[in-house]
Amino acid sequence: MRVLIVDDSSVMRKIVARSLQQAGLTITQVLEAGNGSEALAVVQREKVDLILCDINMPVMDGLEFVKQLSGVESACGIPVVMITTEGSEGHVVQALSAGARGYIRKPFTPEQVREQVLPVLARNP
Amino acid sequence: MKAIHPKLAAREACESWMPLLELAAREVFALMLGGNLAVASEPVADEWLDVAAVVGLAGQVSGTLVLRCTSESAAEMAARMLKVDSRHTGPEVRDAVGEICNMIAGNFKNKIHGMGDGCMLSVPTVIPGRDYSLHAIADSTKIEVRLLFEELPLIVSIEIHN
Repeated sequence: MRVLIVDDSSVMRKIVARSLQQAGLTITQVLEAGNGSEALAVVQREKVDLILCDINMPVMDGLEFVKQLSGVESACGIPVVMITTEGSEGHVVQALSAGARGYIRKPFTPEQVREQVLPVLARNP
Repeated sequence: MKAIHPKLAAREACESWMPLLELAAREVFALMLGGNLAVASEPVADEWLDVAAVVGLAGQVSGTLVLRCTSESAAEMAARMLKVDSRHTGPEVRDAVGEICNMIAGNFKNKIHGMGDGCMLSVPTVIPGRDYSLHAIADSTKIEVRLLFEELPLIVSIEIHN
């Protein structure tokens, strides 16, 4: 599985990648982007099976990225799971309305990553 | 009925948040670093703290949340997050401290009823060194918790504009 991790923190991108592996997912390649704009460029040139995306980022935030992703023909079916400190109910509703399929609050455990990501992947075989 | 001065009311509200601020920090360290924070039994010498991370709050509540620690402590935090030896951490140290501050801020605001949706966080800013000062333009109230991580001091504070 090819995973794109979008976060302005390189440390957090590494932690998310490690958590996915600890959750038992078979990751063949981890692609990284530092904001939504970079992530849009990645999905237009690479095959991606799953996206984990922060919300608060410079240049283009995660909610805007999810909205714009639906307009990219080659990428609009890729499941997106938000992974963010903005953990209020309002933010969850906003993210899911924008097109995200799951939501993980920071701080998180690998088990929480697993609980959110596996059902999303099951719905997108 | 005796009127409560708005500044005093803000101070009381802020002080009631202190246990939540400490809990928010403890949870972040436990989940993301696998480490426990202890309460500092002696006063923390501020002059040792040469790394500061700042996250801005805006909306129903505005102000700043600041995490201050030593370089040594910051390197240890990055090492724990990345699961490497602290001698092998480099530019990731500032990134890690900023992200920890960000997670404490998010975790803290999600513990206060109504603040989760009504308050936005900025991306973190990290300041290395001791030669700086932060000035709030608005009249503000500050609370802080003084903790130990691996026996090294750190201070988490929140300054709310009244």
